[in-house]
Amino acid sequence: MTSRLRIVNGKVHDPANGIDGAVRDICIEDGRIVESVPEDTLHIDAAGMVVMPGGIDIHCHIAGPKVNLARKLQPEDHRRDPHPGTAFTRSGTGGTVPSTFATGYRYATLGYTTAMEAAVTPIGARHTLEELHDTPVIDKGFYVLLGNNIFLHRLLKEGRYEEFRQAVAWWLNSTKAYTTKLVNPGGDEPWKGRRNANVSDINEKSDVFDISPRQIIEAFVRTAAELRLPHPPHIHCNNLGHSGNYRTTLETMRTAGDQRLHIAHIQFHSYGGVPGKNPESRAAEIAEYINSHPNITCDVGQVMFGKSTIMTADAPLAYMLRGISKNKWVNADTECESGCGIVPFSYQEHVFVHALQWAIGLELFLLSEDPWRIILSTDHPNGGSFMSYPKLIRLLMDREFRREETGKVNRKAMNKCRLMDLDREYTLNEIAIITRAGPARALGLAHKGHLGPGADADITIYEEQEDRELMFSAPRYLIKSGKTIIRDHEFMHDHTGRLLHVAPAYDEAIAGTVRTFFEDYYSIEFENYAVNDHYLHDHEIVPTS
Amino acid sequence: MSENIQIVKNATCTFCGCVCDDMELTVDLDQKKITKAKNACVLGRAWFAEHGVSEGPAAAIDGREVPIEEAVEEAARVLARARFPITYGLSDTTCEAQRQAVAISDIIQGNVDTTTSVCHGPSGIAFQGVGESTMTLGEVKNRADFVMYWGGNPAESHPRHFTRYAVTPKGMYIPNGKKDRTVVLVDVRKTPSTPVADIFLLVKPGRDFELLWALRALVKGRRINPGIEAITGVSLETLTDLVERMKNCRYGVLFFGMGLTMTRGRHFNSGALLALATDLNEYTHFVAKPVRGHGNVTGADNVVSWQTGFPFGVNFSRGYPRFNPGEFTTVDTLSRGEADAALIVASDPASNFPRAATEHLRRIPVVTLDTKQTETTNLSHVVFTTATYGINTAGTVYRMDDVPITLRKAFDSPYPTDEEILTAIRKRVHELVLARRGATGARGEAKVAQRQPV
Repeated sequence: MTSRLRIVNGKVHDPANGIDGAVRDICIEDGRIVESVPEDTLHIDAAGMVVMPGGIDIHCHIAGPKVNLARKLQPEDHRRDPHPGTAFTRSGTGGTVPSTFATGYRYATLGYTTAMEAAVTPIGARHTLEELHDTPVIDKGFYVLLGNNIFLHRLLKEGRYEEFRQAVAWWLNSTKAYTTKLVNPGGDEPWKGRRNANVSDINEKSDVFDISPRQIIEAFVRTAAELRLPHPPHIHCNNLGHSGNYRTTLETMRTAGDQRLHIAHIQFHSYGGVPGKNPESRAAEIAEYINSHPNITCDVGQVMFGKSTIMTADAPLAYMLRGISKNKWVNADTECESGCGIVPFSYQEHVFVHALQWAIGLELFLLSEDPWRIILSTDHPNGGSFMSYPKLIRLLMDREFRREETGKVNRKAMNKCRLMDLDREYTLNEIAIITRAGPARALGLAHKGHLGPGADADITIYEEQEDRELMFSAPRYLIKSGKTIIRDHEFMHDHTGRLLHVAPAYDEAIAGTVRTFFEDYYSIEFENYAVNDHYLHDHEIVPTS
Repeated sequence: MSENIQIVKNATCTFCGCVCDDMELTVDLDQKKITKAKNACVLGRAWFAEHGVSEGPAAAIDGREVPIEEAVEEAARVLARARFPITYGLSDTTCEAQRQAVAISDIIQGNVDTTTSVCHGPSGIAFQGVGESTMTLGEVKNRADFVMYWGGNPAESHPRHFTRYAVTPKGMYIPNGKKDRTVVLVDVRKTPSTPVADIFLLVKPGRDFELLWALRALVKGRRINPGIEAITGVSLETLTDLVERMKNCRYGVLFFGMGLTMTRGRHFNSGALLALATDLNEYTHFVAKPVRGHGNVTGADNVVSWQTGFPFGVNFSRGYPRFNPGEFTTVDTLSRGEADAALIVASDPASNFPRAATEHLRRIPVVTLDTKQTETTNLSHVVFTTATYGINTAGTVYRMDDVPITLRKAFDSPYPTDEEILTAIRKRVHELVLARRGATGARGEAKVAQRQPV
């Protein structure tokens, strides 16, 4: 059965196809955007409204073992924020780590149609896939943690690069992941095996493996390029949060040379100053490097005041933050692969460091010369909930509002950065880039983030409002895969999105090599490790280019 | 034994929370039974041997055999019209089935609770207050040079815990196995587990909290009165020595069981232990883990948590999940006579709950899914006999350390799976609830969606 729809009279923002506010028809058939549809096709009259592709969150934490621990940890967060069910939508709870159904529905109510879970252990991939299956509406994928994988480290130490590359491809296939994720590469072994130590220099060689974070990063950058993955290695650099860490970030980016690399939540990695003392803003230096190196993409990881939850595979970082907040803390080591840390947190306007972090994120946005490559995120929920995206958009688009907000935060912090001098305002087109077209391109998703023929019919229609926060917090319509999910601000249907994953070719023989290590050091059987296709449901393999 | 034999490798035993996935099953396909379970412990062997093909009807109403569709209809009717329907059990079935059970509870705006509430529920509560430094079991095998068990008897409850995961095995940094580890046991009595320990602490019943708190204080360098011995039964000298060992190990692990969660103090005991493990991270790397009982109780915790935000004791009466142990936990909703219908899945509360609870269970209509006849099926209004997970059906389970494992089927069963029955009930209750509301859209308005392209 063909299902058709036409959106008429809306002002279309489709930066990937060069459309910046023109009034155009958008035609939909069978879940895709098409050139035309018959005259009598049902239509949505979008007069006075803004039409954009559905939003894409390139870095968030929404599904899997680590997320569920954080969910279980904070009943107080859920109690304050119930999510009632309806005749055809499931109930749930919210807060900074919403239950899965609430997560999907709430992304939809912001006009988002795709989200990428940023960090999953291979042994936990099955769990993430189960939770994603219970996350409605949005299309989704996840990044698999391989940067602290002991077997891969061994291969690198022994100079077995070819097998390293095969093994990475095998791991991507076995977990149904979208790309490789590195978090504080080299930092796991000191944390678990050296009494909670850490690595702080990307040239530092671990005494166990005799390889440095730099060597690990280089290997993944090279492998991703050779495998022609749609999205490059996604890296959470060493030294997150520490004063002076901008040097580590610059060094990490330089390690990639002219090869693609994506830096996660780069705001947290843009600090000057001396370790142990108050940070300073180095947003300008970081933005300058990214502006002049087209091979680098990043997401900002903007801090938004209010409640957040720190959840990260950077276990030493979480422990350090726990020492500051003296709050409940979760640490979870994952054999041979990774770890994670969770700490409830909040960012407060009057606290110097928090205010500076907030300012640094905004500086990165405002100093960006290429919105395609400095992408919107709050590293949900680390910097703040995704529900704060509309407010962030307003901060970028409305200089008066930004000035008012700047007046409410720690004065000393404002005097230590350039934010007050930056009066740029993002246009609707630029917002469409940093929330839609940019992440789609960075992820290599050819059918998303734009409204040209062939694109997935993931479309958001916003009522044009002067208050941009109000505008972006409540789309009038949301269309997902051609289905009208939200009409006149109300949910009309439930929907299960697709899993997006990659399947790069590899030599089967590598499985035997992994198995030998596996049988000695893991606690489950090798034959039970890889995820079978039963967990895929509706899915799409995104091709290597 | 016939000649129609199949070997199933890498099968998973779901009897206890060890969820050992290295079973090699010899299956007689003609007789439909498992004749051998290589690598299984005594509990696992019994689990595989005793789950052949059940007898009795797939579906019955008041003891009378009926077609499955009729039983589904009656089950849905009973649950949809109840005002405080409760769902309980879930720890001995797959995550796929658990998800359907939570969906049913959501749709009928009832209650959902799992066996966690009578087991490690207190540890879940403590987790919400304190957090937890923890690990997967492979880390214990590879790294742990200090392993402590508090309030449990693994030799009898989790027979392969010592040998497959925590004590005997050689690991990456533990080349000599048990010789490289210090094993400590704390209990109120000696058990078959005691001989495994290098150090055994006999604690006075009901004094675990005081003992844990004294350890915390010593770790933090506080002075402890030698009177601690009269209170707990353990001398200050022993405690001081223990703390030195804990602070100086390279990777320490604290396992704990019902001896803490179901005795005086409950969640305070669990919380004290979790806090102790957290405190020790100032000196070295230290983790803790509750030793979970049933094969997929960890799966139940995970599923209920991701779908509702809370791990057990969840109520949907207001149209969204609320959490309150003591109010919404099943012993309580039954003992106070609040439940007016029950859906029991893969559990037998009638045989082990307090009398007030089981008496009330007899007064209300109960729908039960189980693989065998039990006290609970005997008192139930609608009974579904279902296939056994990990033997007749695949599906996902979670080991005690949150590692998800996919089950393998050994032989077919003529009975449907829990997932199939619950899915059918879910669909029917949804129809009944919508009909009651007037088949309308989200807020009672006419269903606009029907006029739109799908």
